[in-house]
Amino acid sequence: MSQHKIPGWVNFALIPVLNVLLAFLVSALVFVYIDISPWSALKVMWQGAFGYDEGWGYTLYYATGFIFTGLAVAVAFHAQLFNIGGEGQAYVAGLGVALISLSLGNVLPAILVIPLVIVFSGLFGASWAFIPAYLQAKRGSHIVITTIMFNFIGASLMGYMLVEVLKPEFSMAPESARFPEASLIPKIYEVLKPLGIELTPSPLNLSFLFALVCCVFVWLFVWNTKWGYEIRAFGANPSAAKYAGVNAVKVTVMAMMISGMLAGFFALNTVSGEMHQLKLNYVAGFGFTGIAVALMGRNHPIGIVMASLLFGFLYQGGAELAFEFPGVDSKIIVVLQGLIILFCGALEYMLKPYVEKLYLAAVAKKEVSHA
Amino acid sequence: MLEFYFNWIVLPMDSMLRLSTPLVLCALAGMFSERSGVVNIALEGKLLAGAFAAAATAAVTGSAWAGLFAAMATGIVLAMLHGFATITHRGDQIVSGMAINILVAGITVILGRFWFGQGGQTPNLQGNARFESIDFIGAEFISNIPLIGPLYSEVLSGHSLMLYLAFVMVPLAWYLLFKTRFGLRLRAVGEAPAAVDTAGISVTWLRYRALIICGVLTGIAGAYLSTGSSTAQFIPNMSAGKGYIALAALIFGKWRPVQAMMGCFLFGLLEAYAIRLQGTEIPGLGTIPVQFIEMVPYVLTVILLAGFIGRANPPKAIGVPYVKERE
Repeated sequence: MSQHKIPGWVNFALIPVLNVLLAFLVSALVFVYIDISPWSALKVMWQGAFGYDEGWGYTLYYATGFIFTGLAVAVAFHAQLFNIGGEGQAYVAGLGVALISLSLGNVLPAILVIPLVIVFSGLFGASWAFIPAYLQAKRGSHIVITTIMFNFIGASLMGYMLVEVLKPEFSMAPESARFPEASLIPKIYEVLKPLGIELTPSPLNLSFLFALVCCVFVWLFVWNTKWGYEIRAFGANPSAAKYAGVNAVKVTVMAMMISGMLAGFFALNTVSGEMHQLKLNYVAGFGFTGIAVALMGRNHPIGIVMASLLFGFLYQGGAELAFEFPGVDSKIIVVLQGLIILFCGALEYMLKPYVEKLYLAAVAKKEVSHA
Repeated sequence: MLEFYFNWIVLPMDSMLRLSTPLVLCALAGMFSERSGVVNIALEGKLLAGAFAAAATAAVTGSAWAGLFAAMATGIVLAMLHGFATITHRGDQIVSGMAINILVAGITVILGRFWFGQGGQTPNLQGNARFESIDFIGAEFISNIPLIGPLYSEVLSGHSLMLYLAFVMVPLAWYLLFKTRFGLRLRAVGEAPAAVDTAGISVTWLRYRALIICGVLTGIAGAYLSTGSSTAQFIPNMSAGKGYIALAALIFGKWRPVQAMMGCFLFGLLEAYAIRLQGTEIPGLGTIPVQFIEMVPYVLTVILLAGFIGRANPPKAIGVPYVKERE
């Protein structure tokens, strides 16, 4: 047989798509097992997520959160760092948002407060990633374990802040006071109303546009700057990069802090854009979903936007599903998410030899018929 | 004085044993896996799956023992999935662990709701469907002896079989890992798999066996949570991060069984005090926020990993899939 190279699209498009399909196939089996036809489930989900403009609003609102946490995981991945701490970084960033909103929201106009809110969400997220990054770079402690630990430390810290510090007097729920109007990120339907465009109210807010800006930023930063080059070089081969003069400590800390910052922006969408107050466990696993998003999106902003849309659809559709079929929990989406991480991440290479063999066989057959 | 002794020494030690049981089993499970070179952040998921399998099986069959075996089988299945992804297909061990944790968090609720229709919980287990606590001989009588009596009758006696099983596992694990040929090979495969391979021993099979042990132990831990402790039913997400604390204890114990158990005791005791101290005022200090006690295990682990107190050196080949021939 003549030697053929496997073209790029097989590895970068065909195999990932097959992996996702495999994940869907297995979850379809779960649906069948719990007596729900996968086809009607899909229809309900599709209708719920895209069938009307409020559904769209929710889908894009969820997608916004996933873009932030997905980008966060991706940037760290480029330096071969596994940031499992997005959950904690996003949670702690909520504190930054709350502190600024509650202290300055009544003092300064929106045009000044909102940029500060953005800066502080990023700053708090980045600072929560700083210590694990520094310890990995300087002391050799494993970033995965440290970020897992920091998720728990963050959860305890935030629990304390919410219960003992931020909770208004005479209130029972572990929540902060509601933020002043000026500090809130406007909803898109509110922004469009004066322009004569009427939309059904939904949580979709301007953070969505900011998320897209962040995608461009990540693309520019990772592929078009010296720092991004250093991050990728370090990720591809740490010792070669060090030999070429890349400062390992700087790269590790930089990649992780940007990652933490992006995870921190998650708070903008959810806390500042929708909840308008800080709540216990408000991140609710979205930080972990960022890992699935980054894996599916192949750590590229375009892929991440597409994967985020898919997950936004799954979350919104899943909520509708739980509404439509009593007895089904919206956790069914968590199952799907786990399967996607399994097939697109851990079993990424399972299909590769078979697909390549099939491709080569197909090419060989073609050649024979040509001859 | 006696009341203080009973409330602040005896009872916390009693809770410590109960709270550290799943930690000890999971830490040992993680030890076998990680010593063979396979990172296991999936302890959390296996623990939760074990708890669900045990409670669901016990609820249906009415036998806690059937539940225990179902939990162990579930643990093995998940461990094999982890092995299939990371050993056979050389997938990323952390990603695979994540996938298992997330998958289990979802599937237990889905199946629980479908089978029992109680919002993901299993029915309350009674009679033979749970492991009842065992009272030691003469516990009633000895409890009258001051100071030592309560230690025997309250702390050591009155737990379920599962708890004692967990602590029997510690010397067994130590023996298996440090005194047998299998243990030597298992440790070697986590340090220098190429050397083990050169000696004609299968790296793959060794790592799979390590994962089988891991699955069995996490299964027992899960069964303890739902059928061997006072809870006696499955509650969604009842593992609540215990798998991760066990991982921390394992690191804290520098991947050694007895030290890891000590780490579990420490973390268990902290949790016991965190529960007892809730809302209690300490003279001169005021109330200590529970959240700060809760975070101590994690902070200690971070400090230890960073090498500020001693040094925790993981097995050398940990996290690296083994590739047999040069490609």
